[in-house]
Amino acid sequence: MNKPVPAHNIGGYVPMIDGPEKVSGRAKYTADILQSGQLAGRIYRSPYSHGEIVAVDVSEALKLPGVKAIVTGADCDKGFGVLPIARTEYPLARDKVRYRGEPVAAVAAVDDATAREALRRIKFTVRELPAHYTAKDALAPGAVQLHEKKPGNIERDVLFELGSTEQGFAEADLVREGSYNCAEVCQNQMEMHAAVADYDVVRERMTVHASTQVPYYVHLMLSQILGMEMSRIRVIKPHVGGGFGCRTETLNVELIAALLARKAQGSVRIVTTREETFITHRGRPETDIKLKIGIRKDGRITAVECDCDQRGGAHSGYGVVTILYAGSMLYAIYDLHNVKYVGRRVLTNTPPCGAFRGHGTVDIRFAFESLVDQMAREMGLDPFAVRRVNLLTAPTFTDNDLMVNSYGLPECLDWVEKESGWKQRKGKMPKGKGLGMACSHYISGASKPVNWTGEPHATVKIKVDFDGSVVVLSGAADIGQGSSTILVQSVAEVLGLDIARVRIVTGDSEVVPKDNGSYSSRVTFMVGNAAIDAAQNLKSLLIAAAARKLEARPEDIECLGEVYRAGAQDKGATFDEVVAEALKDSGTITVTGNYSTIPESHGGKKYRGAAIGGTMGYSYSAQVVEVSVDEDTGVVTVDKVWVAHDCGKALNRLTVEGQVQGSVWMGMGQAMSEEAAYHDGLMLTANMLDYRVPTIQDSPPIEVGIVESMDPHGPFGAKEAGEGSLAAFLPALTNAIADAIGIRFNDLPVTPDRVFEAIEKRKRKSSGQ
Amino acid sequence: MARLLEFTLNGRDRADAVADNMLLLDYLREQLGLTGTKTGCDGGECGACTVLIDDQPTLSCLTLAATVQGKRVDTIESLGHDGQLSAVQRGFHEKLGSQCGYCTPGFIMASAGLLRKNPNPSDEEILEALGSNICRCTGYVKIIEAVKYAAALNAQGVSP
Repeated sequence: MNKPVPAHNIGGYVPMIDGPEKVSGRAKYTADILQSGQLAGRIYRSPYSHGEIVAVDVSEALKLPGVKAIVTGADCDKGFGVLPIARTEYPLARDKVRYRGEPVAAVAAVDDATAREALRRIKFTVRELPAHYTAKDALAPGAVQLHEKKPGNIERDVLFELGSTEQGFAEADLVREGSYNCAEVCQNQMEMHAAVADYDVVRERMTVHASTQVPYYVHLMLSQILGMEMSRIRVIKPHVGGGFGCRTETLNVELIAALLARKAQGSVRIVTTREETFITHRGRPETDIKLKIGIRKDGRITAVECDCDQRGGAHSGYGVVTILYAGSMLYAIYDLHNVKYVGRRVLTNTPPCGAFRGHGTVDIRFAFESLVDQMAREMGLDPFAVRRVNLLTAPTFTDNDLMVNSYGLPECLDWVEKESGWKQRKGKMPKGKGLGMACSHYISGASKPVNWTGEPHATVKIKVDFDGSVVVLSGAADIGQGSSTILVQSVAEVLGLDIARVRIVTGDSEVVPKDNGSYSSRVTFMVGNAAIDAAQNLKSLLIAAAARKLEARPEDIECLGEVYRAGAQDKGATFDEVVAEALKDSGTITVTGNYSTIPESHGGKKYRGAAIGGTMGYSYSAQVVEVSVDEDTGVVTVDKVWVAHDCGKALNRLTVEGQVQGSVWMGMGQAMSEEAAYHDGLMLTANMLDYRVPTIQDSPPIEVGIVESMDPHGPFGAKEAGEGSLAAFLPALTNAIADAIGIRFNDLPVTPDRVFEAIEKRKRKSSGQ
Repeated sequence: MARLLEFTLNGRDRADAVADNMLLLDYLREQLGLTGTKTGCDGGECGACTVLIDDQPTLSCLTLAATVQGKRVDTIESLGHDGQLSAVQRGFHEKLGSQCGYCTPGFIMASAGLLRKNPNPSDEEILEALGSNICRCTGYVKIIEAVKYAAALNAQGVSP
């Protein structure tokens, strides 16, 4: 007889469990949910950037045959917003409109053509107000205030100084300052925003299908906006075509669909256009940074002063958190002391920004790694050596009380240095070619949730019944990052079963336990740990049943996955037999697993908002980028990227590689071509041609090195893999361009126009013109 | 105005009344419920709606349904045989050419069109064939691997 062995499911290349549906067209996304009698919803949006609403006249639109309901700001006087302290946005504008494209009214009609015609008949009158499209304008004396309670148009200002920058700069051998500007960018995920709302008139219940990363937050906001008990609401998250952060808060689309469905007493589907998806926004704000760094001769950083303004748009969204992250995440990557940060989140008459992948950390990291590179060059130091002399030693707490337990940055540096041939090639590249490097990091979930309820951070249920299948129930939203696959792998690993025996149900509030959602890279760490806990609880129960069946003591039972036995000579009982025995006690088995972060990870209290940045584990990334610059055209080509990412432990090497490559590439888009541009508040780039995303022909090979620092608290040692590698690309690129042509770009994106202009400027200067 | 459209869809002859101004994309999705073909933009920007018309990858969002009269249209739903995934589908699944999956049907149809015409494409030819499809998740690295793997499977007799 072959010795039975438990199956191993961790650490290999595992295709995603929902792959077959996605490659065959069977995966249903929100816009694919078609029902008979479903009405088409369309949103009327403000053509004005700023104004007091005088009238929203829908009378002519209502006369159009086929129009079933129209909602306006008069239909809902409740504000919404992801942060309990900033619920100032309405599903449909009331009193004022604050950006071009803000929803004002919405129509449900028998078909899309009728809904569109109804929009044309709506008469919207405003008393226009001066509009402020840049942070500078909005902050200027005499600027018109967007929100009554926000004087000076400052959503939030942040100030802290830990240590003494004065003393730190005095100890430095070189002090340099730089100014940086990063353009506003959008997630531009492939699936446009959509929602399907069904109102059950007889039972007074609402069901909403939403393309969201946070079904639970949508549930909360639907209850608030509709004034309905939460128990009468059901939220379903079908397949979601990417998010990258724009769906980490409830969007007006799902709220409007629900308001329409209730008023029309039926089912309404809203599928927004690509332009509307851009305007719904929640991308990364335009950011202006002034940075000052002091460095000793040996490369040791002695002081950092950072000033950061973010153009947040017309409503807060996650804004308060974003401006706090930008400051707190200066820490936890290098050993820094004497740091001063001044941040301002500014309200402007542009669409609201939000939590884009790498939330709050990306633009600051660009500035920091650029200035460090520039200073290393000036001092004749190798940029790798400068990073190495400033490394942390884990475990440790930073000056702002962030807990660092595992720290694979040294190994990341080693890997990219070796694989890129840095030592042999740096400084010896042919004309127009260059190498640049940089580092970045990210959290594995915010240790304090946005909505503090006292519950565990994550809960997973497992159901086992007569059929012997193991069914995981989780609210974690798989948006393509592969969270469902990770949870199935984790449960299968604990039980020693092949993943084929484990199934998962997610995304339906009627069935699955609540989950806070897929954001801040929390799912693998928090929900993964809860899944492990649930599986261990199930295993204990099965071992007890096996002990009864085999007439042995539980401590003598060996679990081999498909076989449970008492000692090596025992033939044992099969998994199905053990389940049958366990069912005799309780009928259908359901077990629960929980996970909560530890208080030490919650950040400190040294300044207001210091909890932001606290996490159970930081991921680390180092990158080397190789570029060619065509000095005649200004075109920069990325020839190759080497990236090493410390994800603690790669539970699935295939999806870790995919996440890291995707992050690096998204950083490339921001660095080289993507920019949300406006004219008088009208977004000029609200389509996929003018908002230039790199095509397959623009995109480089990206070689991934996986570094496993085995986090002591992570699930099987894992940390996040989906965000931390984005930020390092930006400075690694501009550092490489500086290496190639001797010109440093502090403003993003580095378009051919900008490169060409800089080269021409240098030519003119050198020829004395 | 509506007219009678006669053509072959996914290997089966059809005759349907379609409005003159109906897009092939809307006809497939809204009228027939073949929602595997995706809408990703406001027209001609992303490639998510790619289908094959007489084996040629075509954007169904820029094609009037009436213009496929007498032609052969294949959507993502046509791929695979006897419940098995096709070579391209296996490539995208096994090599993680698909993450969120939304651009995937378009990429798969564009790749299938390539392999039907050119079973052994060079890297350059793959990039050219997929140059008008946008993916926002993968950085394309694994998409290229997926197509190469599909070509290898195809060479072993698995249909693309």
